[in-house]
Amino acid sequence: MSDTPPPAPTQSRAGAKKELPEHFRAYKHVWVFVELERGAVHPVSWELLGAGRKLADKLGVELAGVVLGAPGDATRAALAEAFCYGADLAYLIEDPILADYRNEPYAKALTQLVNAHKPEILLLGATTLGRDLAGSVATSLLTGLTADCTELAVDADGSLAATRPTFGGSLLCTIYTLNYRPQMATVRPRVMLTPSRDEKREGRIVPFAVDLDEDKIITKIIKFIPDRESSKTNLAFADVVVAGGLGLQSAENFQLIRNLAAALGAEFGGSRPLTQKGWIGADRQIGQTGKTIRPKLYIAAGISGAVQHRVGVEGADCIVAINTDKNAPIFDFAHIGIVTDAIRLLPALTEAFCKRLSPHHRDRLAG
Amino acid sequence: MKILVCIKQVPDSAQIRVHPVTNTIMRQGVPTIINPYDLFSLEEALRLRDRFGGEVSVLTMGPPMAAESLRKALAIGADRAILLTDRFFAGSDTLATTYALAQAIRKVERDYGAQDIVFAGKQTIDGDTAQVGPGIAKRLDLLQLTYVAKIEACDPEKREIVVERRAEGGVQVLATRLPCLITMLEGANEVRRGAIDDSLRAARAEIVTWSAKDAEIEDISKCGLRGSPTIVKKVFAPTPRSERAAFVEPATSGGDSAEAVIGAIFARQPSLEEDMAKLARGF
Amino acid sequence: MIEEKFDAIVIGAGMAGNAAAYTMASRGLDVLQLERGEYPGSKNVQGAILYADMLEALIPNFREEAPLERHLIEQRFWMVTDRSHTGMHYRSDDFNEEKANRYTIIRSQFDRWFSREVQAKGAIVISETTVTELVSDAYGKVIGVRTDRRGGTIFADVVVIAEGVNGLLGSRAGLRPAPKPEHVALAVKEMHFLPRETIEARFNLHGDEGVVIEAAGTISKGMTGMGFIYTNKESVSVGMGCLVADFAETGETPYGLLETFKAHPSVAPLLEGSEVKEYAAHLIPEGGYNTIPQLFGDGWVVVGDAAQLNNAIHREGSNLAMTSGRLAGEAIFQVKSRRDPMTKQNLALYKKFLDASFVMKDLKKYKDMPKLLHTQSHNFFLTYPTLVAKAMDNFLRVDGAPKLDKEKASIRAFVKERTLRGLFGDALRLARAWR
Ligand SMILES: Cc1cc2nc3c(=O)[nH]c(=O)nc-3n(C[C@H](O)[C@H](O)[C@H](O)COP(=O)(O)OP(=O)(O)OC[C@H]3O[C@@H](n4cnc5c(N)ncnc54)[C@H](O)[C@@H]3O)c2cc1C
Ligand SMILES: Cc1cc2nc3c(=O)[nH]c(=O)nc-3n(C[C@H](O)[C@H](O)[C@H](O)COP(=O)(O)OP(=O)(O)OC[C@H]3O[C@@H](n4cnc5c(N)ncnc54)[C@H](O)[C@@H]3O)c2cc1C
Ligand SMILES: Nc1ncnc2c1ncn2[C@@H]1O[C@H](COP(=O)(O)O)[C@@H](O)[C@H]1O
Repeated sequence: MSDTPPPAPTQSRAGAKKELPEHFRAYKHVWVFVELERGAVHPVSWELLGAGRKLADKLGVELAGVVLGAPGDATRAALAEAFCYGADLAYLIEDPILADYRNEPYAKALTQLVNAHKPEILLLGATTLGRDLAGSVATSLLTGLTADCTELAVDADGSLAATRPTFGGSLLCTIYTLNYRPQMATVRPRVMLTPSRDEKREGRIVPFAVDLDEDKIITKIIKFIPDRESSKTNLAFADVVVAGGLGLQSAENFQLIRNLAAALGAEFGGSRPLTQKGWIGADRQIGQTGKTIRPKLYIAAGISGAVQHRVGVEGADCIVAINTDKNAPIFDFAHIGIVTDAIRLLPALTEAFCKRLSPHHRDRLAG
Repeated sequence: MKILVCIKQVPDSAQIRVHPVTNTIMRQGVPTIINPYDLFSLEEALRLRDRFGGEVSVLTMGPPMAAESLRKALAIGADRAILLTDRFFAGSDTLATTYALAQAIRKVERDYGAQDIVFAGKQTIDGDTAQVGPGIAKRLDLLQLTYVAKIEACDPEKREIVVERRAEGGVQVLATRLPCLITMLEGANEVRRGAIDDSLRAARAEIVTWSAKDAEIEDISKCGLRGSPTIVKKVFAPTPRSERAAFVEPATSGGDSAEAVIGAIFARQPSLEEDMAKLARGF
Repeated sequence: MIEEKFDAIVIGAGMAGNAAAYTMASRGLDVLQLERGEYPGSKNVQGAILYADMLEALIPNFREEAPLERHLIEQRFWMVTDRSHTGMHYRSDDFNEEKANRYTIIRSQFDRWFSREVQAKGAIVISETTVTELVSDAYGKVIGVRTDRRGGTIFADVVVIAEGVNGLLGSRAGLRPAPKPEHVALAVKEMHFLPRETIEARFNLHGDEGVVIEAAGTISKGMTGMGFIYTNKESVSVGMGCLVADFAETGETPYGLLETFKAHPSVAPLLEGSEVKEYAAHLIPEGGYNTIPQLFGDGWVVVGDAAQLNNAIHREGSNLAMTSGRLAGEAIFQVKSRRDPMTKQNLALYKKFLDASFVMKDLKKYKDMPKLLHTQSHNFFLTYPTLVAKAMDNFLRVDGAPKLDKEKASIRAFVKERTLRGLFGDALRLARAWR
């Protein structure tokens, strides 16, 4: 079987730092899995190339992008972009079977590539695709995988120090994979900065052949329903979320939240009491017992910010709180706050956003 | 159908505190619960059993205390509970965990028959890795369906299953064959409350308890700390966000206040404006 | 559905219910205990002080296993005004005995442990299940219960009602009247987490030693009530309780009072820098002896707070609950072992046991106290503390005024506020109630 990894080293006690076993010495370079799905690259891949670049420079090794996809423009474009964002080289596995993500062919292809070209670090995005794939590949390789990292660094001795939150974010821990290779990690989207893009950068393309046979792949894709067409809420994955709490005082006033969300093309949600009162459906509850969201912008109106709510929204890049009580706990973790009546501010906010974001206004700015 | 659900007992994260001096988790008094994501998988398993007949077994690896969670799963409606507990398993990372669980599932199949579906939770709220499900699938050579929002069709006779799987930017409708491993998405179903008879049955049930030896796990070196390639070197508390929100002074008119808020947002997050303009136009 | 019948069903897994279930299960009875909380203890709020003797009567070696926080070596009583406290402290190294008499506990942990002991004795305990109804036969004998889960009646020879103070089952079934507002106090409590070392330094403690502070005075804004601070290992319980009737009258909120108490200059430094984790409110029955309802009937007994068995003066509740639960269990076992039916007549044995115990004797002793404190609350909680504080201030402040003048001023102040007759009257009434 081609997937069989080299024998694992025997380790007498964990934590005891040991010489890296001989057969792992050949593992060199930093790899980033470039997540290409349905013609588009997930931005986390560029963020990872930025982080990978720093690791590679520190180690004095090369940074490689790994692109899997169907032959065609999108795949080629992904390769070119990978160079623009800092890759020195890119491994390319092209096959029509790889058009859509499926665990079987992707896990097989990536595992074979790792065994053939031996990276010392392999990074993936902590997305639904990345997590699905990383868990399979790491298990096949019998190596360590640190999930959902928020910080990556290289130690003095050249090992990867991967830092991640545990226990719902109350603690951070730094994890090493000392005696195994590759050292694998997934990183949450929007944790690392997107590096600046250098149009002129180029790199080597290293094609890799994997024998994939559609007849031998059991799982078939029947169809793909893009979110825009489905009626389901996309709250957990939305970039902008507007939410209301009991401070809105009535189900009628909640319409103000819907209006703002509609104007922004955003998703809307609310605190738990609103689901309990039936103002919104259960799938729109945000927080510990509802959805965890990590949008780029979160606007919370009339929400006090109880810890159960907080844990569901803390990952947002920018939290804006509107509350009449200046001592409301939400102001302890919001980035921007305004102490005012949300019922009055929301319509004004909707109007002002519309103006600001309209093409007309923007053209005027540009012109 | 024979279905197995992997559940984990976890501390209720909402009630966890960190010792301010030693930076250790203060578990004392923190209640433990079944990992909430696992309940969606358990419910889906029970629905399949109710539809097609058969039995649902729940499996956990953990300290003897974890029996409480198993009993809860029985009270919700599971038919059999298996606790894998042994000091050899202490300190397992996900790779070692999947080894032990996969071996235990093999033993379940030897003792109670082949399983059609193995369920795991999407992720845990303590480890939060989402790796154990895929790891078990790989080790048992099961087809893997993660982040399943809905089981559209299942035919135990023809050994076929069709699911909706959450992907980035949309939903994949996938068809595959049994046996497979499924992790359910949160909110995919509404978890039932068992009947009073289930509770009585659960209270009286005997929980099958296996040590590594009982589960016929021979290679202890693959378990626990020794079998874990990852090593936690340092645990520390995040530096708390010291500053409170930057307050925007409300103006006399709502319009001016709104503009001030928007100004503050884009001043903080300049790239947002471009993104939001696109979003507002429906891209 | 298979019909289930037990020797006894216990409603509630608090102190009283656990004691009853433990007693019966360890005597071999087939016991089912139902608890509405997520787990035994999850809904239970208590300061909390555990009195060892009563638990020892049930589980002699409990000290080795139960989750105990600190054993108490010091008690502080504070009479407080807005800016001061006058205290009486009693601390003794004798309390550092091997088998200490009083411990602080955290109910959610303690009850869970207690429940495990109950289960180890063979009782079946089901949580997250609320009993919605007592089921009676055509003659009015209680024969079982119904719950909020799917499934029908569960039958038993006898039902032990241990549903706590605000349980409605008993009153709904017409077995006892619902408690009146002037007979229940509402207590609110917070857990403040602090590092162990900080607690020990602030309260002058070594190792597992603990201290209790009880404070009465202007913090209750003239209502009948008091504040308390109990030290646990890594947390401090801070609470405040007042009669429900008073809240209704004054419009004060429990939380508002607790905030005032926490901000008191004598209290704030003890809590500084703590992390508040848990806020809870709970009722305490304070009506005393005169409000104890009928305690037994055909097919049922009632124990603990549900039976108003609570000594408000000594802040004892859990020990009375535990003892009444144990005695009820004992009585049921004796009736059962004689193969007698669980009739009202036979279950009167429980009352007989209770009358012979400290429970009824203590409650009888203080039977007039609740009423007195309630009707005189303004004097006891506002006027006197202020006067005492004034006197202390006068006594201690060195400002050149002759001492004799100071003393006279203090006495004058007392008499002016309360008239001499009033003062004597209060003293007399207090002494009578205490006797
Ligand atoms: C086990 C458990 C799980 C929970 N899970 C969740 C969860 O998943 N998600 C969740 O949200 N909650 C959850 N909760 C509930 C949580 O503890 C809070 O009760 C809840 O979040 C409070 O909702 P709120 O902020 O809307 O209401 P409130 O706390 O009542 O706050 C309303 C706020 O609105 C402000 N306000 C009033 N009028 C106005 C106005 N005109 N304009 C602006 N502001 C105004 C007030 O100052 C106040 O701050 C959970 C609780 C428990 C015990
Ligand atoms: C703030 C505070 C401080 C206190 N401090 C002390 C102290 O320091 N020392 C002391 O000795 N006492 C103290 N007490 C009093 C003491 O807590 C009570 O007297 C004692 O808990 C009574 O025990 P119980 O079993 O009767 O009731 P509870 O402990 O209240 O137990 C009743 C149980 O029944 C369950 N239940 C209720 N209804 C149903 C139903 N329909 N179906 C199923 N289950 C149901 C409840 O969930 C609960 O678990 C304090 C009380 C309070 C509120
Ligand atoms: N010790 C364990 N015992 C049983 N199942 C587990 C255990 N650890 C993890 N799992 C399963 O794997 C899922 C994902 O866990 P994790 O990878 O830790 O996020 C959980 O939701 C469980 O279903």
